[in-house]
Amino acid sequence: MNEIRRETRHEIRLRVNGVTHELRVPARRLLSDALRHDLGLTGTHVGCEHGVCGACTILLDGEPARACLMLAVTATAHEITTVEGLAGPDGEPNAVQRAFAECHGLQCGFCTPGFLTTVTAGLRRDPRPTHEGARDMIAGNLCRCTGYQNIVRAVERAAELESSR
Amino acid sequence: MTTRLMGQPVARVEDRRFLLGEGRYVDDVLTGPDGPGTLHAAVLRSPHAHARILDIDVSGVLDVDGVHAVYTYDDLTGPMAEPLPVLIPHPALTHGRTQYALARDEVNHVGEAIAFVVAEDRYLAEDAVDRIVVDYEVLPAVVGLDAARAADRLVHDDVPGNVGARLEQTVGDAPAAIAAAPHRLALDLEIERSACMPMEGRGTVARWDRDADRLVLWSSTQTSTGVRAAVAAKLGLDIGRVDVITPDVGGGFGVKIVHPWPEELLVPMAARALDRAVKFTEDRREHFVSSAHERGQTQHVEVGFDDDGRLLGLDVEFWHDHGAYTPYGLIVPIITSTQLLGPYKPGAYRVAFESMYTNTVIVTPYRGAGRPQGCFAMERTMDAIAAYLGRDRAEVRAVNFIRPDEFPYDHGLVFQDGRALEYDSGDYPASLDKLRKLIDWDGFAAFRRACAEQGRTVGIGLACYVEGTGVGPYEGAHVHVETTGKVKVATGLTTQGQSHATAFAQIVADELGVRFDDVEVVTGDTRRMPYAVGTFASRAAVMSGSAIHKAARRTREKALRLAADALEASVEDLEIVDGIVGVRGTDRSVPLGTLSVLSNPLRYAFDEASQAATQFSVGDAEAPPVAEGEEPGLEGRDFYSPVHATFASGMHAVIVETDPETAEIRILRYAVVHDCGHLINPMVVEGQIHGGVAQGIGGALYERMAYDDSGQLLNASFMDFLMPYVSEIPDAIDIDHLETPSPLNPLGIKGAGEAGVIPVSAVIAAAISDAEGFPITAMPISPSDLHTLREEHRA
Repeated sequence: MNEIRRETRHEIRLRVNGVTHELRVPARRLLSDALRHDLGLTGTHVGCEHGVCGACTILLDGEPARACLMLAVTATAHEITTVEGLAGPDGEPNAVQRAFAECHGLQCGFCTPGFLTTVTAGLRRDPRPTHEGARDMIAGNLCRCTGYQNIVRAVERAAELESSR
Repeated sequence: MTTRLMGQPVARVEDRRFLLGEGRYVDDVLTGPDGPGTLHAAVLRSPHAHARILDIDVSGVLDVDGVHAVYTYDDLTGPMAEPLPVLIPHPALTHGRTQYALARDEVNHVGEAIAFVVAEDRYLAEDAVDRIVVDYEVLPAVVGLDAARAADRLVHDDVPGNVGARLEQTVGDAPAAIAAAPHRLALDLEIERSACMPMEGRGTVARWDRDADRLVLWSSTQTSTGVRAAVAAKLGLDIGRVDVITPDVGGGFGVKIVHPWPEELLVPMAARALDRAVKFTEDRREHFVSSAHERGQTQHVEVGFDDDGRLLGLDVEFWHDHGAYTPYGLIVPIITSTQLLGPYKPGAYRVAFESMYTNTVIVTPYRGAGRPQGCFAMERTMDAIAAYLGRDRAEVRAVNFIRPDEFPYDHGLVFQDGRALEYDSGDYPASLDKLRKLIDWDGFAAFRRACAEQGRTVGIGLACYVEGTGVGPYEGAHVHVETTGKVKVATGLTTQGQSHATAFAQIVADELGVRFDDVEVVTGDTRRMPYAVGTFASRAAVMSGSAIHKAARRTREKALRLAADALEASVEDLEIVDGIVGVRGTDRSVPLGTLSVLSNPLRYAFDEASQAATQFSVGDAEAPPVAEGEEPGLEGRDFYSPVHATFASGMHAVIVETDPETAEIRILRYAVVHDCGHLINPMVVEGQIHGGVAQGIGGALYERMAYDDSGQLLNASFMDFLMPYVSEIPDAIDIDHLETPSPLNPLGIKGAGEAGVIPVSAVIAAAISDAEGFPITAMPISPSDLHTLREEHRA
C-alpha cells in the first residue's frame, strides 16, 4: 500500500449562532465534528452518525438539518444555529427550553439539543399545533429515557408560552 | 418553617445546563481550545463471529500520516495481557470465560477488539485501522440457543456442551407437588434479545498528568470506583494515583455497568505510553457489536394447581444465552430464576437454568435485568391457568398473592446478591384494586362488545411483578457546609439521567434544614467520594439516598453541637431553618456558614469571616482548639449498607387492538400501578416509569437482534433496529402510586428505575392472546409474526 499523505485542508468560514469562525478542515470532516471538535460547540450531540436519531439536529437557515449528514465544507453559505444559540441575547432560555424544564421533558439530556432545535423550528412553522401536530413535530427524533410523554407536553407548553408573549 | 421537599415534584436543577447546551459528556471533554494535542483512538474489530487469528500485519499502519501508535495483543504486558476479570464470580459459574483487552489467537463474536490505533483524529485512526491485515481461519459459529444446546460445535473448545453454568434452587418437592395436583399445565416460552441502546455510546478519555503525577480518566460509566480499581490493577498503578471522573452520561440502562471495557484500559495505557491525552468514543455500529445485549431466553414451565388456580408446585427450566463471554457472571439468570415468583407464593418450587455460550455479543444486565423474562414466564403461566379453569385472570392472581400480613416474606431462595430472597413489605391486593379501576377491568367486556359491533378486535391483559431494588453492598455520602453556608454533597455512584442532583438535594435540604438552592450534589467523581459501588439494580435512591440522609444527619448533629456552644443553649432547644440555627422562642441565632467558620480553628485569617475563627478570637484557652473526638470542619460522612434488598412492586394493564387484515398491533390504553415506597420526587418517578414502559414496548413489539447463522448482526444500525419513536408509544400512560414504605432504610424508599420495563412483554402478550384467542408464547411479536400465528391456528 502506498503511503498516505496528509490530507488537503480547506479554509472555510462557518457562521454559527451569529459568529463567523474561520477554520481549516479536510473535505470529509462532518459538520457535526467541526462544530463539536473544532469550534468546541459540544451542545450538538452525535447519537448514530447516520441521520436517524436526530440528536445532532441543527438549524440551517432556520430549518432543521442533521449535522452528521453534512460536510463542514458544504455549510459555508448558511446561517447555522446550534442549541447554544437558542437562548435570547441575555442568555435566557427560549420558550421551548423553558417548557422542557417545566414539563420534565428531559432526563439524561443527550437527545435534548436535537429536540430543542427541531421544536423551535417546528413552532415557527406551526405556532399552535394540535395534539397530533405536536406528536408529529418530534416524530423524527429518538429519545431512550422519557418515553416521549413529557416531550409532547413540552411542545404544547412551549406553544402556550410563545402565544402568551 | 421550611416546606418539606420529600415527596414534592421539585423542578430539576440539572436541566438548565442541558437545555443551554452546556452539558459535559465524555466526548465533550478536551474539545475546542482544550482539544489540540488530544489523540483519538479507533479499534479494529473482528468481522467474523468465530475465527482463529493466524497473523496480524500492522506494517502499513504507521505510514499513515498522523498515526501515533498501534497495539495488538503482542504489545500487552503484565496484567494487561491477562483475560479481563470475571466481575461477579459465582460457584455455579464453573466455566467462566472472558476476552482479552485485544484478542489473543481467537475471536468469538463479530465486533471483538483485535487492534487499537491512536492517531491525531478519528478519521485518520479509522484510515489506519483499514490498513491492518489479519489472516483468519474462520470457524463455524454457534448462534442462538438451539445451536448452543445442540452443541454440535463449541464456542470455547474447553467448555463442553457450551454450558457456562448450571444452577438449581429448590423449595420443597416441586415435581411431586405437581404430580399430586388436581390440574397440571406445561408451557414453552421464548424471549429474544434486545439491548439498552443509550443515545450516547461508550467513551473514555485519559490524560497522564505529569505535573501532578497521576492518571485522570473520564468514562461514560455506571461505576467510577469500579473503573478506577480495574484500571489501577490492570496498569499496575497505585489506586491513589488514579482519578476517575464520570461526566454527564447520555443514558446507561445497564450496559455501562460493565467494566473495564477493553477501551477503558487501552486508552489510559496509550495515554501513559504516548504522554498525550487519548480519547475513544464508540460509534453506533460499534455499540451494537461490541458492547452488550440482553433478554434472550428459552423457558419450560410445569405447574400444578387447584380448582381456584392456587399454585401447588412450579417447576421451571430455562436456557439463557449469555453470548461469547461471562464478565458479569450469572446475575441476569439468577434474577430471572428468583424474581420470576413476583408477588406470588409458588407452593413447592424448583428452578434450574443453564447459561449458554454463543458466538454473539456478551449479555449483561439491561434495565430489568432478567426480570422481564421471569415475569413473562410467570404471567403467561397465570394466564394459562385462568384460561384452563375458565376463571378471571385477575382473580387467579389474587388467590396466589402474598398477603399484606405475611411480610417479611422469605421465599427460601438465594437472591442475586447472595442474600435471602426476603420481601420486606408490599400490598399486592391494594395494587390490584387500583389497577382494575385504572384500566376499568370490569368494564372491558362491554367495550369489547362495542368494538366487535364495529368489526374491531381488542384484548386486555394484566401482569404483576416484584423487583428487588437497592442491593448492597453499600453507598456513602459526604456533606460539607462551606463558610458561605453553601452545602456541597458528594456520593460516589454515577448519574445517567435519574435526576440525582435534584432528588438528593431534596433529602439534604429536609434533613439539614437548608435551602434547596444552596445544595449542590456531585456524583461519580472518585476525588470527592472514593468509596462507592455504582448505579444499577434501581439502587441509587435507596443506597445513596439513605447514605446522604445519614451524612446530612451527622452534619446537622455537629452543627447543633457547635451552635449550642456559640449560643449558650442546649441542643434540644435548637432548630435549623433555611440554614440558620436558632434557639426556639428567642431571636438568638447563628447561620450554618458561621458555624462552619467556627468549626475550623485557624491560625491565619484571610477575610472578615475567618478572623472570627483565629485562636485569639474563639475558644477556651485551657481546652484544645479542636475538642476531643471532634474534627475540624462542618461536615458529615456516613454509609448505608442494608442486610438485603428492598422489594418494590407493581402491576400493568393494557388494552390492545389487532387489525383483522394487517395484524398490526395498536396500544389503546396503558395503565401502571407502582409501589416504590415513599416517593422522593413523584415527577422524577413518573418520568422513570414512562421511559421504562417505552423501552418495554420496544422490546415487546419492535426490537430484536437479527443475527444470521454465521453470527453477523444484520440490523446493527438505528435504520434497521427499530427503536420506538413517539409514533410507537401510546399517547397516555396512566399511572397510580401506592406507597408501602420499606422498613429497611430511614426514608422508607424503594427503587424505581427499572420498574416500568419489567412486565411490558408479559402484559402485551396477554392482551394480544386475549384479542386473538390463542396463546402468545414468544416475544417480541411483529405484525408478520402475528399473521403467521393466525395462519397456524386457522389450520
